[in-house]
Parts: sequence; structure tokens; C-alpha cells
Amino acid sequence: MQSARRGGIDPHLSITHYDPEADLMLLHFGPQHPSTHGVFRMDLHLDGEVVIKATPYLGYLHRGVEKLCEKLTYVQQTPVVDKNDYVSPMTNEQALNMAFEKLMGIEVPRRARWLRLLLAEMQRISSHLLWLGTFTLDLGGALGGGSTVFLHCFREREMVLDLFEDITGARFHYNTHTIGGNRHDLPAGFAAKARAALDGIEARIGEYEDLSVHHAIFVARTRGVGVLDGDLALELGITGPVLRASGVDHDLRRDAPFHAYDEVPVKVSVERGGDCLARAKVRFAELRESIRLCRAALDGMPEGPICGFKPIRQPTQSKATSGQVYVGIETPRGELGTFLVANPDAPTTPYRLKIRAPSLHALSALPYILPGATVSDAVAILGSLDPIMGEVDR
Amino acid sequence: MNALVHGALYGVVIVLCLLTTVAFGVWFERKFAGRMQSRLGPTRVGPYGLLQSFADIIKLLQKEDIIPADADGSLFTLAPVLAALCALGAAAVVPFSPTVIASDLDIGVVWVLAVGGLMVIPTFAAGWSSNNKFALLGGMRAVAQSVSYGVPLVLAVLVPVILSGTMRISGIVAWQTSHHWVAVWPVIPGLPAFGLYMLAMLAESNRIPFDIPEAESELVAGVTTEYTGAKFSLFYLSEYVHTLVGSAVASALFLGGWDGPFAPGLHWMALKTLTLFALVYWVRWSLLRFRSDQLMDLCWRRLTPLGVALVLASAAWVQFAPGAH
Repeated sequence: MQSARRGGIDPHLSITHYDPEADLMLLHFGPQHPSTHGVFRMDLHLDGEVVIKATPYLGYLHRGVEKLCEKLTYVQQTPVVDKNDYVSPMTNEQALNMAFEKLMGIEVPRRARWLRLLLAEMQRISSHLLWLGTFTLDLGGALGGGSTVFLHCFREREMVLDLFEDITGARFHYNTHTIGGNRHDLPAGFAAKARAALDGIEARIGEYEDLSVHHAIFVARTRGVGVLDGDLALELGITGPVLRASGVDHDLRRDAPFHAYDEVPVKVSVERGGDCLARAKVRFAELRESIRLCRAALDGMPEGPICGFKPIRQPTQSKATSGQVYVGIETPRGELGTFLVANPDAPTTPYRLKIRAPSLHALSALPYILPGATVSDAVAILGSLDPIMGEVDR
Repeated sequence: MNALVHGALYGVVIVLCLLTTVAFGVWFERKFAGRMQSRLGPTRVGPYGLLQSFADIIKLLQKEDIIPADADGSLFTLAPVLAALCALGAAAVVPFSPTVIASDLDIGVVWVLAVGGLMVIPTFAAGWSSNNKFALLGGMRAVAQSVSYGVPLVLAVLVPVILSGTMRISGIVAWQTSHHWVAVWPVIPGLPAFGLYMLAMLAESNRIPFDIPEAESELVAGVTTEYTGAKFSLFYLSEYVHTLVGSAVASALFLGGWDGPFAPGLHWMALKTLTLFALVYWVRWSLLRFRSDQLMDLCWRRLTPLGVALVLASAAWVQFAPGAH
């Protein structure tokens, strides 16, 4: 971890900065705090308003999902992992089912892969919109300009959720992916409705940029705040927009294509700044790119079956007796990995299911980038990492 | 009529009017914010939700009064009362028309600045006595902010004082009636001074983009974190009254107060005050929040030099411009 130390500070050991004269204040930031995005807690050692040392504490939202899945059949696990990253449930389902498909060598039909791409990109739009709303809420307050952006983002997010409702019947936890494909096909007239929604969202992105990344106060609050070095980010295993904002050109959609990303090339956006502003810019670029990808998926959607696995009468029919597999896909927050070990003694359930949550790795940067920031910056930095505690604690 | 009776009578009437204006002002703000955010705002209590504020007041008064363990109880109780007193006290010298003035002090400008500036004491007392770290941080920020922004506020207010040659607010308005509104002519010290006053007033009354002492996304609710029920509503009230009185002072000092054609002076004064009040809301629901150190930077490195320059410019105007007096 030597190179991870910035300026000689090792955040995990002690307060090397500690000055007995300074008389630091220990502030318990969370778990009940408006800006901790759920139930996250960090202990901030403050000198006045400046953070000297930050210690994150996890686990307030631990529900034992991984252990629970060891007792569930492979089909039953999908609606459970839905709730991990509750802002992006589609990608959770995909990561889980793709792991079992890879373990058993099940071929996913082409239409299902395109459908999964479409759902993943629509989910990315809704997730980034929610991130933008909550981030401006962190910067501007629930009783101010921040909530104006927040509610407008929610209006657009509703349009995406309406489309999901048309497909799956559910707005939030879909349970639409299954082993070998999808359960729900696109309904009649979906493409036209989706295009209208995408046009509506695209038309308003400029408005949001004017209220955020083009706005003087937003720039003043985010430029140079929480600068994360690219090497440190790689060392901590950070992926997704946070990594790309630190100047590392890495996106699984392009570098290790899954779904139909080998047929629909992705333009990856990279920023050099590594600060909160760069993270915001990367997400804005991804918002635009996702809209383009959604249009491409709607245009190129092939005909055919949407599930390659023979129809399951009972969940116990999906069995795996040996082997282990890792599948990583690019979610709105980074690389969501699923590591699956088959159980020879009980073939319908896994021996071990390990979920690699991108938010967890993003949060691990906090002890490095928080010292030196003020309490206001701490809120901005935490928001810019876009953590979802459901996924971090599982 | 004896001055004491006059003052008491008008004082009571003005305070009641202010409180009613605040009640409907809160309703207006919530409707306004709702429309800005493509939602409806209050609709349930009374026609168009007009009685929403009264329902809120009843709700707040019914709540349990909590004094945290280890809090400084007497200071904790005194702070909201003082805050409301300071906010309402500043209204005493505001001329709503040539006759509707509770007390036409010859140093009215000093009174407004002094009483408004005193707000920082109850705010910090609340932050300190709550025995809460978030409240303490909020109190620290409030002191730094209010003391700093007092400087550009005074400098901005000095411009109409120098131009008109009086510190009596009704005298300044009368001067504008016979000359020009300060914000209109002379343009160079006048209009920037008006802008400077509005910025400093936003900061003094802790409004977005300067609501740093509250900063609910950072400090939960800042100084009011531990307050409940009636005490909380006093803080809430004092914040609104502070903004309202600040708007009234701005329209008296810079926009000619009761001066205007066709309608009685009181109407013009009310119109100007409420327009500025709405402007504050508009800013509030559009902008994000500055950081504490950026706020100080803005104050000491931009606004204070600007204020000094404006004061010098207005002095030069009075000295050299033909027919300035």
C-alpha cells in the first residue's frame, strides 16, 4: 500500500497529522444524516471545519444477501439481488444470470442480448439522473436550488421507469432477467414510446448542465475538490465513472464486451481532472452516450426468441454440480462482479456467491481524498462517488 | 398624539402586518417553488392551500418541546426569543408611507444595521447551547458570515446616506421623491450599491446561496438542529421576517420607498417590498450553495473593496456633480 499513501498519510493507521495543540473534534457523520445516501457513517476528525482524518464505517444496511443466496435456487436469486443496487436493479439481475449462464455454457439468443443492452442503457440513464439529482441536493440543499434540479431529474427518471413498467409490469424491482434470456419481450408500440421519452430526456440534459456543470457556483464547489489520482484509483479497485474521471480509460462495455456491446460500439468518455467536476462531466457524457446506445438498440433490435434455456417448470431444474466462474459487467457505478462456486452436494444452489460491488471500492477512496477537505467538501465528495449503500453492504 | 402612543400603536399594527405577510409569504414561496419544480405546492388546506401556514403553525405549536440533555437550558430557550425580537425590532424604523412609521428615528439607518446585526448573537447562542456538534459548526459559520457581511452591508447603505445627506430613513425616501431613486440615478454608485445591498442582505439573513449556517445537507439543520415545536418556529419566523424587513429597507433606501404615481404610497412600498421578497425566493430556488471559505473570499476580496469604491464614488458625486443637492 506504499504508493497509496498520499503525502505520507496512511489513513488506516493513525492520525499522523495530529497536533496536540489543535484539539480535534470528532464528528459522527451519519448513519442518520441527510447526505450520507442511506445509512453510511464516517467519523470525521475536524480541525475547525477541515477534515484531518476520515474513517468510513460500513454495514448498517447489511442484509446477508450472499449468505441468503446459498439457500436459494438459481432462479430464486434474481429477485433477491435486485435489491442490492436499488438504483440500478437491471444490471444486478444481469450480472447474476450471466454468471450462471457462463458456468453452464448456456447460449443467450441474440435478441435477448440486445434486449439486455437496451435495458442496461435505460437503467444507466435513470441511475445517472438520480445521481445528478441527489448530488445537487447535496450541494444546494433540500430547500433550495438543489431540490429544483432533483425534482426535474426525477420527472425524467419517471419516464424511464414508465418504459420499464411497460415491459416488465414493475417500476423498480423487475425480476425480468432469467437464466438464458429474459422473461418479458418488448410490448407493441414500445419503440415509438421509448424514442419519444429519449427525445424528451435528451432535450432537457442541456438544461441540467446549465444548472450544474455550467453553473459558476457548481463549478466553484466541485473544481479541485476531492482529487483522486488515477494510480490510487486503480490500486483501490475503483471502476466506472469515478475511475474514468481520474484519467483511466477503462470501460468493460468496450474492453470486455458483454450483451451486444461487440455489435454496438461504445464511445467511452474520459476526464483528466479526477475531481468532483470531472466525475460530473463523465456522467453527463455517459448520459448522452446511453441515449445514443438506446436509440441504436431500438433501431437494430433483431427478431427471434428471448430465452435460450428450455422452459423451466420447477426452479430445481436449473442445476450446476461443479466449477466456479466470475462475470463482471459495467453498471452505472462500475464493474459489478459475480463470483459463483457450484455446490456438488446441493446442485440447485451455489456453494458461494460473492458480489463485487463497485460502490464499495469507490467508498474506499474516502480516507485518502477527504483529509484536507472541509465538511462541505466532504458532502460533495461523498455524493460525487455515487455510493449505493444497498450494494455496498449487501 | 404623543410619540409613545403613536409608536406603540403603529408598532403593533406593523408587527401584525409583518407576521401575516410572513404567513402568506411562506404559502407564496411554497407555491412558487412548487411551480418551479413542476409540482403543485400546497393544495389541501383552504382554497389553493392558502391556510397552509396556519396549519403548520398549529402543528408546530403542538409539538413536544425538547431540551437536549446537557444543553444550556436557559440560553437554549432565550435564543429563539431574542432572534424573533431582533428580526421584528428592525422593522420599527422602516417608513411604509410618510406617516406609517413606528418610530421615525433620526439615526434609523444605524438602528436597522445594529438590530439586524444583533441577530448573530441569538444564532450563535443557539448553536452553542444546543450541545450538538452540528449546531456548533453552524453557529461558528453564522458568526463568521454575519460579522463579515456586515461590512459590505454598511458600505452599501452608506451610499444613499451620503447622497441624501441624512440618516433618517424617511428623510432618504423624501430625498429620493424630490430627486431620483438611488438605484436609478446616479447610476454608478446607485445601482451597484443596490446589488451589493441585496447580496449582503441575503448573506445576513442566511438565504441561499449563502445559507451556510443552516446547510441542511451538510449540518443536518445547523443551529436549529436540536430545536422543536414553538422554538423552532420562532427561528423560522425570524428568518423570514429578517428577509422581509431587509427587502423593505432595500426598497426604502434604493427604490424610492413610497414614491410612485397613481396609487397611495403604502401600496407602492408594499409592492416594491414584496417584489424584492419574491426575488429572494427566486434566487433561493434556483441556486446552489457556496462553501464557507468561498463566501468569505467573496466578501473580503470582492464585495468590501467594491463597497469602499462605491462610497468614495458617491462622496465624489456629492462633491463635484452640479446640482447634486
